[in-house]
Amino acid sequence: MNNQTSTAPLNYLNHQTGLWSWLSSSDHKRIGLLYFYCIVTFFLSAAVLGLLMKIEKVAPGQTIMTAQTYNAMFTLHGIIMIFIVVIPGLAAVFGNLMLPIMIGAKDVAFPKLNLFSFYLFFGGACLALYSQFANGHAPDTGWTFYVPYSAEASSNVVLALTAAFTLGFASILTGLNFIVTIHTMRAPGMTWFRMPLFPWSLYATAWIQLLATPVVGITLLMVIAERTLHVGFFDPKLGGDPVLYQHLFWIYSHPAVYVMILPAMGVVTEIFPTFSQKPVFGYVPIALSSLAIALVGYFVWGHHMFTSGMSYESRWFFSLLTFLVAIPSAIKVFNWLSTMYGGSVDLQPPLLYAISFIFLFTIGGFTGLTLGAVATDIQVHNTDFVVAHFHYIIFGGMGFGFFAAIHYWFPKIYGRLYHIRWANIGWGILFTGFNLLYFPMFIMGIQGMPRRYYDYDPKFQLGQTISTIGAVILFIGLITMISNLIYHAKKGALAPANPWHGVTLEWQIPSPPPHENFDEIPVITKGPYVFDNPYTK
Amino acid sequence: MDNHDSHITSYALNFKVLLVLLILTLTSILVIKFHLGAFTVAMALLLASIKCTIVLTYFMHLKFESLILRLMVGGIFLLFAIIIVITFIDYYFR
Amino acid sequence: MSTTEHNSHNAHSEHSEYIDSDTGKMGMWLFLFTEIFLFGGLFIVYAVMRSKYGEDFHQAALELNAFIGATNTVVLLVSSMTVAMSLTAIQKDQKNLAIGLIFFTILLAGVFLVNKYFEYGHKFSLNLYPGSDVMRNLPHGEIMFFGLYFLMTGLHLFHVVVGGILLTIIIFKIKSGRINKEHFLLHENGALYWHLVDLIWIFLFPLLYLIT
Repeated sequence: MNNQTSTAPLNYLNHQTGLWSWLSSSDHKRIGLLYFYCIVTFFLSAAVLGLLMKIEKVAPGQTIMTAQTYNAMFTLHGIIMIFIVVIPGLAAVFGNLMLPIMIGAKDVAFPKLNLFSFYLFFGGACLALYSQFANGHAPDTGWTFYVPYSAEASSNVVLALTAAFTLGFASILTGLNFIVTIHTMRAPGMTWFRMPLFPWSLYATAWIQLLATPVVGITLLMVIAERTLHVGFFDPKLGGDPVLYQHLFWIYSHPAVYVMILPAMGVVTEIFPTFSQKPVFGYVPIALSSLAIALVGYFVWGHHMFTSGMSYESRWFFSLLTFLVAIPSAIKVFNWLSTMYGGSVDLQPPLLYAISFIFLFTIGGFTGLTLGAVATDIQVHNTDFVVAHFHYIIFGGMGFGFFAAIHYWFPKIYGRLYHIRWANIGWGILFTGFNLLYFPMFIMGIQGMPRRYYDYDPKFQLGQTISTIGAVILFIGLITMISNLIYHAKKGALAPANPWHGVTLEWQIPSPPPHENFDEIPVITKGPYVFDNPYTK
Repeated sequence: MDNHDSHITSYALNFKVLLVLLILTLTSILVIKFHLGAFTVAMALLLASIKCTIVLTYFMHLKFESLILRLMVGGIFLLFAIIIVITFIDYYFR
Repeated sequence: MSTTEHNSHNAHSEHSEYIDSDTGKMGMWLFLFTEIFLFGGLFIVYAVMRSKYGEDFHQAALELNAFIGATNTVVLLVSSMTVAMSLTAIQKDQKNLAIGLIFFTILLAGVFLVNKYFEYGHKFSLNLYPGSDVMRNLPHGEIMFFGLYFLMTGLHLFHVVVGGILLTIIIFKIKSGRINKEHFLLHENGALYWHLVDLIWIFLFPLLYLIT
């Protein structure tokens, strides 16, 4: 089959060396790491922007930046975080690193296409950055690019839209690759219902990436056409309809929220059984609820538009469907809790992150229902409440899911162990900072603090200050966590093949994995979560 | 690894399919000439959908593909139809 | 399926020359789905605008030359058949016939482009293009119609060109023997792409030209 059977200690990190061997590698693990480094870099820079915005808000009035700078900052923060960090985040990083291994394959279905999508992603990311600095007119539309403002603003909107389009295309190709991989490359004997649940969540995610992203692609093209050719689809002066833009935008961008959160759900679904040493509770419902979330999530886009002048009928329709999404989400939460129940729970850093994922995701989910009900949404729409809800779901959900994933698979990826105690401390600071930062925003939102304002009424002083303090603490937590990981990626103690006693396929091969993952493709004879230890009998 | 098991569509079948498609095109042009009022668009879309199905089935070989692929294609068009309908819940009642 | 599963593991190591055909075809189909949704966005805009401005759409569509539209429909349908036949030819190992049929397909694509050139040229000579003064002063629905007309046919045109390039590449690969009786995945996928171009036009033609 091939002549590179790995001789003893060679693995994917060192079987070839030099920068070029990384930049030109079609090995899914190396591509995953390339994504990882890019995404973490962008995450940190956008996090700094977030911190700066919070510092601006430490006191009423202008503190460290002008209103225009603030507008540009939340736009840049949003574009980077949404399009470059959280949408590709888990799928592109841990999907690439782990999906082929978990289903017993040597690589994804189209390795070269995979490398190509990375470069598309990288190009789009660079373009997004360039759009912020070219000609000194950073876009100030917010990441949603709402018309009519985005069609008229004199800033670099076209560049930013092109960047988003390119990033979307990269996301489509990754999704395509994963669907084909899961369909055609599962190890012999791995039926659909013997597949681990992280691949299941990636499968549901990939379909959304594939089918929703083109709609926003064409929408962004239409805005570009609007700006350059004045076609007027969204311009009321020419007979167009600005609300139509919002429809098209959210037809993509709502499902995109599930692109962000579904893989995170998949990650914690892997972590709970491993650290409880107990089969996952309700395997089939969890697997199918991923698909259900993806499907129903496709039809709820209108709940972003309750105040945009939609018809009454469609408002209650979207509201109803929004409440339906809560059902599969709740199924997952109950199953995770039941998985831990009666298991031999080992409170390691990945599990800490997974449990806090449930905590934060539940808060985010319930406040989501507040926003999904038409009457309350009209009260809190476009306030800090929405911002807080969104960050609880995306940062508390996807972000903590990402941190859980890196702490879970770190020994596998680098073959080294990080310092457990420092990881726990980092988690503690992060979790405290997170809640201090975002929880006051719920309260201020209900009291009427609008989003996207650099200034505020003095009565919000207390909440804003607490929130800023939280931001600083959160940042310290991030630094603690990341420095622990960076330091131990090179200097940590050597990790065994299976430090957490996991049972899925990635733990059955050496750490770090050899270049082609498996010397011999495994034959699967049982489900993914069968623990043969005395606790679970 | 190779395409041994692929189905080979005969030249004759390809030609017959083309004939049917041309006849349907002609029909849709004629139908429009007769001014069926409100039904004109419905008729045009119906004929287009039939043509679309024929191209998918024969030219694109869906008839000989796996069930899963056929389900996917069907699902895609269904999904798109649902999205249009949901969008019109807004526009129709506004 | 089971034989495919076993095969595909061998097929994807970096050293193998050909991608497994079922895998490659599924990839292509998924890509076509994204194309359908790309155009789908425009069809949604069309549906909304048409429901809003039925009468204006009626008037504006009269401006389009249904004859050129119908000619292009026939051209694309025939080209779809020839490309399907070329696949039959390669499967029967009739290499020259396959090349000839693809060449004919590309020729038809050329005819399509020439027709479009005259069609667009006519519109431009009337100063009917997005952003022009003439267009700006039309009734709202007609502005929408022509905007959609240019964007939809323009995007379709782009796909015709890409399809033509793809088919040209396929000719060269057949000549060099990279595509042959045993391995014709690229040929098959190129044909699928070309059929999609046809498929989109099947809907564009009645919606833009025939609703007068």
